[in-house]
Amino acid sequence: MTAAAPAAVGRPRPARRRRLVSTVWPVVASLAVFVIVWQLIVLVSGFPPYILPGPLAVGERFVRAWADGTMWPHVAATLVEVLLGFALGASIALVVGIALARSPLAERLLSPYLVAAQATPVLALAPLIALWFGTGLLSKLVITTLIVFFPVAVATMVGIRSVDPRLLEMARSFRAGSWQLITRVEVPAAAPVILGAMRVGVTLAVIGAIVGEWAGADQGLGVLINIARGSLFDIPLMFAALLQLAIIGVTLYLVMLLVERRLVGER
Amino acid sequence: MNPFRESATMTAMPSAHAPGTGSSIDVSGVTLAFRGARTTRVLDGIDLEVRPREVVALIGPNGCGKSTLLRVLAGLIPADSGTVAIDGGAVRGPDPRVGLVFQEPRLLAWRTAEENVRFPMELAGWSGERQSQRAADLLGLVGLREYARSRPGTLSGGTRQRVSIARALALEPSLLLLDEPFSALDALTRERFNVELLRLWERTGTTIIMVTHSIPEAVFLADRVIVLSPRPARVLADLRVDLPRPRRLTDLDSAFVSSLAADVRAYLVDLTDDAIAMEEARTAIPAGLTPRDRPKRYAETEPGTPAWFDPFAPEDEA
Repeated sequence: MTAAAPAAVGRPRPARRRRLVSTVWPVVASLAVFVIVWQLIVLVSGFPPYILPGPLAVGERFVRAWADGTMWPHVAATLVEVLLGFALGASIALVVGIALARSPLAERLLSPYLVAAQATPVLALAPLIALWFGTGLLSKLVITTLIVFFPVAVATMVGIRSVDPRLLEMARSFRAGSWQLITRVEVPAAAPVILGAMRVGVTLAVIGAIVGEWAGADQGLGVLINIARGSLFDIPLMFAALLQLAIIGVTLYLVMLLVERRLVGER
Repeated sequence: MNPFRESATMTAMPSAHAPGTGSSIDVSGVTLAFRGARTTRVLDGIDLEVRPREVVALIGPNGCGKSTLLRVLAGLIPADSGTVAIDGGAVRGPDPRVGLVFQEPRLLAWRTAEENVRFPMELAGWSGERQSQRAADLLGLVGLREYARSRPGTLSGGTRQRVSIARALALEPSLLLLDEPFSALDALTRERFNVELLRLWERTGTTIIMVTHSIPEAVFLADRVIVLSPRPARVLADLRVDLPRPRRLTDLDSAFVSSLAADVRAYLVDLTDDAIAMEEARTAIPAGLTPRDRPKRYAETEPGTPAWFDPFAPEDEA
């Protein structure tokens, strides 16, 4: 009897590399086009650098900001806020989502507040949160947690509600307890939906952190943007900070995508 | 892949599949109603006794409550009144002595075939080593050892159902309940699965209660065929199948099986939804609007007369 199952045979390496190349080159091409168009607009319009600096100026400022140590403390502060806030918000949302899915009473009691909290823009809440929780890390965590919470909680609830009831009956026939039902059937079955929402949530967490920094902080990329535009009037630095923010957002999104692929990709 | 070759290797090794004793089941006076906007009586005083190692087929018209009865036996739905006892002990909730196979395989898509078979053992808290040992044995038993690492999405419908049968046998149940397990399979695969099920039954020594829609399948597999009435279900008939074992597919063509199948059908023929609906439709149309019953007319038709002649036309015009 042959030992290897047909599905277990791995993809041959060259094909894999070719696939990687074919996914990467459109990204590189579109980036190149973006930079060229940007440069063209600068050349044609003749905007001064304090309105729209060219890509070369921004790139140069970006490198210099990293080299002279301006960038790192701000990046570190924002990353801590984003990662901690996301972890906190997603974990609470997971627990609450499961509770909402399993208890219609909990949903009826809590959902008006959840929706109201979501309908009020975090931007409007930020000054209040800064007033209550100060200008330190805590207020940013509250804001990022809030902003991550809603989409993940709703996705968890919907995902678990839509788990095939026949699977649950199967598990019950093998005497699964409710904890076993949650951890071994419901959450794994809803994982694609939950992880999809987390992927959105991680980019929202970046927004939450910046909003929090604007409401009051002494470090972070949001602060750097404000300083660069205000007291320093260093518009290329402001663009460099925006670039850094975009890089963080895209990286986190890709990391979540990889986690998702690793966890649910093989279905 | 040949399941029978697989079985040959299994006989060579002494394993946990020595025929067991099987459980006896005693169902008495089980009634059940689904309460909602309108109360539906589903089971109406079901009495049923099954001896250890017996194979019993439940057959009845669509929606008569066969599957519900099976779920009551499995302890998934509590009965309103009456008792279900396995080996003399009353059933209250899902029982470890019972293995349940559903109409659909109901596998967990994110787990491999082997992990699906291990699922009940994980729930029961078996040690990892015992799990892998038992899972390997079971996959061998259903002839799927080489598919252990495949995910359900890559398996055919029949193969998935094999995995689900292996899973149902995981905790060494003494009673195997099957709810139309092969109804999604094509006719040929289905016949082969029936033979395999009997082979599994010989090996594992469980009692089997199986819901089916197929009269030949019921007769081929069972020692007794229980015919249920339309909802609310009652036991209409309890027919013995005195066909020697081991049974072969060719038995299906024997006169004995055909005549027994005819007996079963006689109980069912007026009970199907179609038969009832047609009877109602026939009586609902006022007399005089229907064509008169004149089978003679067809017999008298000259050769060459088109088959689509108008039966409503007055006789002499034809």
